[in-house]
Amino acid sequence: MSAALKTDAADAPIIRVRDLVKEFNVTRGRGGPPAILRAVNHISFDIRPGTTLGLVGESGSGKSTTGRLLVGLIPATSGEISLFGETITGADGEAALAKVRSKLQFVFQDPHGSLNPRMRVGDCIAEPIDIAGGWSRKDRADRVSELLETVGLPRAVAERFPHEFSGGQRQRIGIARALALRPDFVVCDEPVSALDVSMQAQIINLLLDLQERLGLSYLFIAHDLAVVRSIATDVVVMYAGALVEQAPKRVLYSAPKHPYTQALLDAVPRPDPDRVRSAALGGEVPSILNPLPGCAFAARCPHVMDVCRQDRPAPRPTGEGHVVACHLY
Amino acid sequence: MAVPLLEVDDLTVRFRTDAGWMTAVDRVSLAVGEGEALGIVGESGSGKSVTALSILRLHAAATTRMPTGKILYGGKDLLTLPTREMRQIRGGEIAMIFQDPMSSLNPVLTIADQIGESLRLHQGVDHVTARKRAIELLDLVRIPDAARRVDEYPHRLSGGMRQRVMIAIAIACRPKLLIADEPTTALDVTIQAQILDLLRDLQRELGMSVILITHDMGVIAEFARRVMVMYAGRVVETAPVGQMFRRPVHPYTEGLLTAIPKLDVDVRRLPTIAGSIPDPTVVIPGCRYSPRCPQVQESCRRDSPALLPAGPEREARCPPRVAAMAKETVA
Repeated sequence: MSAALKTDAADAPIIRVRDLVKEFNVTRGRGGPPAILRAVNHISFDIRPGTTLGLVGESGSGKSTTGRLLVGLIPATSGEISLFGETITGADGEAALAKVRSKLQFVFQDPHGSLNPRMRVGDCIAEPIDIAGGWSRKDRADRVSELLETVGLPRAVAERFPHEFSGGQRQRIGIARALALRPDFVVCDEPVSALDVSMQAQIINLLLDLQERLGLSYLFIAHDLAVVRSIATDVVVMYAGALVEQAPKRVLYSAPKHPYTQALLDAVPRPDPDRVRSAALGGEVPSILNPLPGCAFAARCPHVMDVCRQDRPAPRPTGEGHVVACHLY
Repeated sequence: MAVPLLEVDDLTVRFRTDAGWMTAVDRVSLAVGEGEALGIVGESGSGKSVTALSILRLHAAATTRMPTGKILYGGKDLLTLPTREMRQIRGGEIAMIFQDPMSSLNPVLTIADQIGESLRLHQGVDHVTARKRAIELLDLVRIPDAARRVDEYPHRLSGGMRQRVMIAIAIACRPKLLIADEPTTALDVTIQAQILDLLRDLQRELGMSVILITHDMGVIAEFARRVMVMYAGRVVETAPVGQMFRRPVHPYTEGLLTAIPKLDVDVRRLPTIAGSIPDPTVVIPGCRYSPRCPQVQESCRRDSPALLPAGPEREARCPPRVAAMAKETVA
């Protein structure tokens, strides 16, 4: 894959993820035996400056866990994450993370739950500034006004409370807060999935505008493939903790290779009454608690072969930045 | 449609809020024929779910003013039916499934108990028969290993399986009408496809009518034959599904269709609808969409528009657009 990427300094990845694994210890039932749940299973990808990596998958695919790992909200079990040249995993991870933390931000799914209802909008937005410290009162106020303007809200809303706003406006407030310390990289975890259609488009366009103006890079996590197409540069598809396919957006949507990606794209209902969808893919997402050997998708795959049930397919480059983890290729 | 199975006529539902009475559903009329699949589409606060809940009289009495209008089913007005008769219809002749299959199931009862409950209530069958029927129903909704699953508790099932159980409960008494309120919204895409396939097959096999309520135009395109678009408590457009997608009449329908992120083409920027969904407690004079409408005229802000015929089987609540269409047809 790296051979396909250009190696100019400007294009060098700012985020590098290699062989990332996250395991959680869980106990099943009272006094049950402890078990290990592998939420993220040996995934690797890069994010180049000014681009958006779309991370798609269904429930339990590990996409949100990946997002949290990337900004150091939870520690990795193994593997490597480097952000802006600093490796935040391993022994010196904490110190490295401290160096780059101000460049990282997070936008959450739920615009209702992620804003403190007892804080005025201006204070919500200035919270990162207050935590960082060292700002004068005037600079802080100016920055809040500037941020509100950036996300398309009138300055006066700083004095109001979050409950006075609709979901779309609250998500604008959440974005303004994320931008307070001028981050370079923002993880957006399902930022529009709680919004109505007429609000979704506004927020997607806002994120695109901000990227152009501020040169931001995004990890955009979503279950909605159409939403991801409208914003991503490259797309990673995850299934049961594993990376099954990665490709530049256009390639992934027009020529998906992995049978899961194909099934996923086919299953999305289109606003087109003449379209006839294939029969739904049978079965359900397997438990990641006691994974079977082989490919996680084998049980549902229409092209399954004997080898798929025995060996886990490794992600393999197939040209043009396209990576597929499937024995068919 | 010869004789509709269900006819809602001029339904208005009002709720008490801290800010006073608000109109959640404003003079909505609709008809569902036998075996028909009607889709109701709208965003938050459009009144689509409230309309559905009103059909089964499922609103909390304390905060709801008695709805006005008529809901005619089998020659009776459901709004004035005595409670006991209403109970016979609810779950017997008209059944409903909801978005969240987890909170709709009782966590301390087995699947057999919950499917059996409606059979015992409506058909007076004993426990043994109810359990046998429950297994048959689980088979019908394609739950594998039904004889074993029937004795399990809901937490043992995945979201998709729970929704199948909800559907099994709903169809237990062979209802004539199934109201499905966002039945696939909480599910993953591949599971959503399974449930939509199942609903379509059951509708055909059992000859049920279905009212499907959703915010997803894709689901409407796949499932419904006729569609009703709601905005801020009012019906803004009704049409056969194909016609609505090919040529929406109301500017809101048009705006909504263009604002949907596209899966099959790349667009640089999505077209948007300006402004926000209106606060339901604020009264908007004239057309409720006028503050956001790109084609707004002065009359739109002043006069409350009527739902006008806009071609065969079509209606739209936009006098300027309907007039423009009529002119085109004449020319």
